[in-house]
Amino acid sequence: MHSGIVSPQGVWWKDAGKAEKLWVTIAFIWCIILFLAMPFWHIVGGQNTTGVRGTTDPMAFMERTNRFVTEFQVGEEKGIPVVAPPAGSHVYMLGRAYQWYPILKLKAGSTYTLHLSSLDFNHGFAVFPINLNFQVVPGYDYALTITPNQAGEYKIMCNEFCGIGHHLMVGKVIVEP
Amino acid sequence: MSSIAANWLNRSCPVTGLKVDKHAEWLIRVNAVVAVLAFTTGLVGAIMLALTRWQAVHLLPADWYYRMVTAHGLNMLVFFIIFFEMAALYFAGPILLNSRLVGPKLGWVAFVLMVLGTLMVEYTVFTGQADVMFTSYPPLKAHPYYYLGLIIFAVGALLVVTLFFASIIVAKKENTYQGSVPLVTFGAITAAIIAVITILHGAIILIPTLLWSFGLIPMDAEIYRLIFWGFGHSSQQINVSAQVAIWYLMGGLTMGGVVLNEKVSRGAFLLYILFISMASAHHLLVDPGFGPAWKIVNTSYFMYLAVLASLIHGFTVPAGMEVGARLQGYTNGLFEWLQKAPWSDPGFSATFLSLIIFGFLGGVTGVVIGTEQINIIAHNTLRIPGHFHTTVVGGTALCFMGATYYVVPLLFRKQILGMALARIQPYIFALGITIVGTSMIVAGLFGAPRRHYDIAFTEAPFQVEFPAAVDLALTFVGIGGIIAFTGGLIYVLVVVASVFLGPAYDDAAAKSGKASVPQGLLKLPPQVHDKELHDAPGSLVLAFVLLAVFAVYYFTNWKILSMIWKVG
Ligand code: HEM
Ligand SMILES: [Cu+2]
Ligand SMILES: [Cu+2]
Repeated sequence: MHSGIVSPQGVWWKDAGKAEKLWVTIAFIWCIILFLAMPFWHIVGGQNTTGVRGTTDPMAFMERTNRFVTEFQVGEEKGIPVVAPPAGSHVYMLGRAYQWYPILKLKAGSTYTLHLSSLDFNHGFAVFPINLNFQVVPGYDYALTITPNQAGEYKIMCNEFCGIGHHLMVGKVIVEP
Repeated sequence: MSSIAANWLNRSCPVTGLKVDKHAEWLIRVNAVVAVLAFTTGLVGAIMLALTRWQAVHLLPADWYYRMVTAHGLNMLVFFIIFFEMAALYFAGPILLNSRLVGPKLGWVAFVLMVLGTLMVEYTVFTGQADVMFTSYPPLKAHPYYYLGLIIFAVGALLVVTLFFASIIVAKKENTYQGSVPLVTFGAITAAIIAVITILHGAIILIPTLLWSFGLIPMDAEIYRLIFWGFGHSSQQINVSAQVAIWYLMGGLTMGGVVLNEKVSRGAFLLYILFISMASAHHLLVDPGFGPAWKIVNTSYFMYLAVLASLIHGFTVPAGMEVGARLQGYTNGLFEWLQKAPWSDPGFSATFLSLIIFGFLGGVTGVVIGTEQINIIAHNTLRIPGHFHTTVVGGTALCFMGATYYVVPLLFRKQILGMALARIQPYIFALGITIVGTSMIVAGLFGAPRRHYDIAFTEAPFQVEFPAAVDLALTFVGIGGIIAFTGGLIYVLVVVASVFLGPAYDDAAAKSGKASVPQGLLKLPPQVHDKELHDAPGSLVLAFVLLAVFAVYYFTNWKILSMIWKVG
């Protein structure tokens, strides 16, 4: 036998030892489990990344968000409209430097289709405290079906660097019982 | 014994004349020096970042925090690592194969290009004209010199890789070695092939981005992310391949580790090459541009075959060390080979600690956050830097540090000044970076974002009140950062002092047996054995412990995921 800096002489295509065979087999099985877990969760699990994905013009998305705000606005906080859409509807959330627009008021246990997009840079839609994160990319509309499972006040942080005010970008989702 | 091993013995106890290509030797030296310079720059950034994320200290103002994240990422991940790998290529090619460097002049041209590119990038970053992070996602825009600098740097690197391939071909033609290339060189070839794929991705994305920064063409934000990560993540696979090659190298030099089976180890390297182009996917798992089928197939590198490769090396590297030690008579129990290992040789301790940190922390956490759905609770949180500070820092950088203690005597021909410090350095760095990495992961598990100046949100419109555990974890990022910084600083000081002020490591010094160099050089362990042995029970136990940790952490994450809002 020789170390890794020695040129192997003759034929080195030899049968592996028992220990190696055992480990390679087990490691391979583990890899297959890791692989199958993902499609499996699409079938039985409640958290997936599928959504309805499409491209959008940033200005058009902003206009759509504004119409959504006018239609369902119920209040205002710190200059940002608070919007309470009916259960089952399409809701819109626009990221822009450095604000999540608008504030949403949802009902626990109800399902909504949440459209995410950006007016300017990449942003990171990060829901505190449940730690749910999606990437928000300008020019793309990510429509995710969401079902908040617990009432409370959730904060939306931005976790993709979007400029010097990145750490000031905080929005809100209120979930009522 | 083969000619290569013979030459190696000559290098460490130089009885006969040495045949080392002068150009290769000098190119290794200058590339290593620039690597250490970049590391030092990155290290200054590291301590500032760690002390800024420690909320109670909060050292930097916001603009300099973001600027330093950019500078630290680039200097460490790009310049330090890649200059070091250029040195490694000159070593694994011409030197290990005992041949000449093809096109030495081009080697110097490449070096100048890479330095020029580096300087352009440093200039734009430190003058505040490229506050875009090393990922530079458009529409964030940097000064055109930033992109141009990266392109020039990449052209230089591509040239070095080309020279490496040419040298291998010439070595074969000129019969400078018999048999097949050694495993270490095979690993370096793997790294070099992946480097070509990587740099091509880099060209495909950076050239249009340069044009876009001039305002000449539009740029799609999502397509940029796709191709950027084809470049950005593949480059991590260069690191992994280089690191594994160096594990095999150092295992042999420090404790006479052997190759259990050439077929298995080479096959594992081959898997890296085959599945690497799928690497960008796990950065885009919660992106709007791609569907689940694409995400699953690609992120799993088609059924996790690249992970399989790492799992294989993770066993065969320690098992090779174990078998080597057993052949030298350390046969008691499961772990005598490990107890009697040369723990005071920094080449060995760095290698073994790197193996443990990379496997147990970096590897496990990486595969978990790279699972399509689990990424929902990990994307862009501090779990991400927590993961890569235990792969590319606790793994690759630490392993490169260990190798440096051998490079200085062998190629700079200098003894190590401050051997006592060198002996403890790997432990200090490993401890510090382990604390930094795990603390980041803990903070990230609560959703604390990465690249974020202030998670106290003092000036934000709404407050986000993280639990006290997060504050504590960030405090440990600071404390671990101080320890890791100390370890990094010792490395820089010892290397610089040795290179410039160290006593010569000439034939007389080598023969005296008393030179201040790592122990593997004083007495090179046997590199060839007549006997064969294939049992490595100790390593098998280690491997199963790893698998158990992996499974527990993996399924715990599914459990946590299942508790959040339904989304899909
Ligand atoms: C003394 C050791 C080190 C310490 C204490 C350290 C600490 C840190 C900290 C605190 C951050 C910022 C995390 C954030 O706020 O998002 C960071 C980012 C980073 N570090 Fe390190 N680091 C060290 C060494 C290294 C090394 C050796 C490498 C690469 C080989 C590296 C690569 C990176 C990268 C790529 C980033 C991410 C930059 C970004 O988000 O754009 N670090 N590090
Ligand atoms: Cu943002
Ligand atoms: Cu942001």
